[in-house]
Amino acid sequence: MNPGVRFLINYAVPIIFIILVAFAIPLSGLSGEYFIRELTIRLSRNSFLILALLIPVMAGMGMNFGIVLGAMAGEIGLVFITDWRIIGMPGMLLAMLISTPIAVLLGYFAGIILNRAKGREMVTGFMLAFFMNGIYQLFVLYGMGNIIPISNSSILLPRGYGIRNSISLLGIRQVLDKLIPLKIGDILIPVATFLVIATLCVFIIWFRKTKLGQDMRTVGQDNEVARVSGINVERTRVLSIVISTVLACYGQILFLQNIGTMNTYQSHEQVGVFAIAALLVGGASVAKANIPNVFIGVILFHTMFVVSPRAGKALMGQAQLGEYFRVFVSYGVIAFSLALYAWRKRVEKENERKKIMNYRKSILVK
Amino acid sequence: MKKKIQNIIENFGLPRIIIFLFLVLLFILTPFVGIRFDTSINDVIVRFGMNGILVLSLIPMVKTGCGLNFGLQLGIIAGILGAVTSIEMNTTGFTGFFTAIGIAFFFAIVFGFLYGLLLNKVKGDEMVVATYVGFSSVSFMSIMWLMLPFKSPNMIWAYGGSGLRTTINTKGYWFHVLTDFLQIKIGHYIIFPTGTILFFALLTFLVWAFFRTKIGAAMIVVGSNADYANSCGVNVDKMRSISVILSTVIAAIGIIVYQESFGFIQLYTAPLFMAFPAVAALLLGGATVGKASIKNVIIGVFLFQSILTMTPSVVSNIIKSDMSETIRIILSNGMIVYALTRITRVRT
Repeated sequence: MNPGVRFLINYAVPIIFIILVAFAIPLSGLSGEYFIRELTIRLSRNSFLILALLIPVMAGMGMNFGIVLGAMAGEIGLVFITDWRIIGMPGMLLAMLISTPIAVLLGYFAGIILNRAKGREMVTGFMLAFFMNGIYQLFVLYGMGNIIPISNSSILLPRGYGIRNSISLLGIRQVLDKLIPLKIGDILIPVATFLVIATLCVFIIWFRKTKLGQDMRTVGQDNEVARVSGINVERTRVLSIVISTVLACYGQILFLQNIGTMNTYQSHEQVGVFAIAALLVGGASVAKANIPNVFIGVILFHTMFVVSPRAGKALMGQAQLGEYFRVFVSYGVIAFSLALYAWRKRVEKENERKKIMNYRKSILVK
Repeated sequence: MKKKIQNIIENFGLPRIIIFLFLVLLFILTPFVGIRFDTSINDVIVRFGMNGILVLSLIPMVKTGCGLNFGLQLGIIAGILGAVTSIEMNTTGFTGFFTAIGIAFFFAIVFGFLYGLLLNKVKGDEMVVATYVGFSSVSFMSIMWLMLPFKSPNMIWAYGGSGLRTTINTKGYWFHVLTDFLQIKIGHYIIFPTGTILFFALLTFLVWAFFRTKIGAAMIVVGSNADYANSCGVNVDKMRSISVILSTVIAAIGIIVYQESFGFIQLYTAPLFMAFPAVAALLLGGATVGKASIKNVIIGVFLFQSILTMTPSVVSNIIKSDMSETIRIILSNGMIVYALTRITRVRT
């Protein structure tokens, strides 16, 4: 294949996105300052969650739709600290502490399920997230205040058990973002949050070089080769999901401390979709994703998020249109990238098969 | 004896047994919590008629090995297009109903054809691609519902706006045309929707008969072993395309029957998650990702709809709160996860 064409196919999604954004920015008529402020917030808010996707890609398990499970674990931690009225930095750290074992457990469970569905990890992970959403509801909407004691009645539903639809996280709102205050002009830079994100990036780079990281890459290349070379494939895959789930759990806590309110039953639902769409927009594929993909993805994807309602209004006179448009783009990007990847995988497989056939023929001729 | 029981559990599937026992328990409990047994039965029958065809629509794609049709929404969109067009044309009664189906048929063939082309390109990853194709087409149509030039005052937003409403009433057009056709009243509480059930039976028969024709048989071969089918001179891609078109067309008809019985056409994000309950019902009926039959459809819809109708009434009477939504989520998605983790064994 012509290298130019190959480049176009490989990076079709980011290229389309750059064109889209280039058209939408002038249409929206937003000021540069507003724009930069929004992007800074969104970079600090979302990057951590998207970074959580990288490790399962390394282990060849594709996009981990199961990060929703981690997000749920994080939210459970937040419910508890709100109940105990622990605020500020200690509150946030305690929330992370409480939710870590839950995330590990959920990640372990997800890993085992995904091991039983090899080759279909993505659709299974996706359905698993839906399924666990039900369990989460059972736990939070019916269990809390009933079986699990909740003393703070302001977060309970009027009927006496079950958590309210939305919880105010005023106690920990932007504690991390404002830990190291820095203002450039009117724009607040959440230095501490960016430091945490940078630390995670360093961790991922370091992790790739460890024994476990190398094992994961081998498993990602070829299960059988990995097994022959003495790697416990199943265990490695489970570990990659556990790490991803725990990271997603912290990511969700980081995300919600920035927002300051938590929609108990909705906050986690779209986490997977938006994170994955952003990563794919950044030029990643199901088999290959790196740190630059994450940041390019956040910038491009969230620029579209910021401008599309305004652009929709300018273009059609309806802001609602822009709302629908960005949902369509998120789903569309995932559909397009997955289809493109599956199609290329198939073409490669067929080419390989042809090669083997030709080789066999040449032997026969001799 | 122990081995025999293990065999039964293995064949029937543990979740299915648990759900079946749960259902039996619910039926036993009805008189004790003060719910009329006959109204429950009536609800189950009505819902059976409403959802049956949607579940039936999954069959052709499973048979040719395209997996569970998580892109069912494409058919649903075709159906909605037919339904709103028939209302725009002001057709009522059976004429309106069949106009809707006729128009939906056309759209479903176009959508199905394109969808089939795509699925042939992504063999082996159909399900995950289909899910997102379904999602993105629903959100794309959300934009379209706002922009398409429909004029009927019963459908567009009241306050002089443009764009269709989120729910459109089918009353005055073709509401209950099938349900009221040859309706039988048994006692006070059971009203048997003969028309709907007959229509379901007719479509079921057509699907059954189709798989006994030459093309149908070729499709089954494609589903069980594509390489073998290829070497027999069967055009694999063509057979798969036909099955996708067929699934989409039946789904389009299915949603119109659903709207006819339910009374409302739901637009915008409503169809987003409609594929999952249908898939779950089929799996509950004993189907797997690679194998499904008409029997699975009938058993599955009956079991699934029974649970959905019985749980809210029985459970909410016991614990005084409505858990039906949560139970529905756990049940339908749990069933799908279970099925996805099992297929490897069937295929090898």
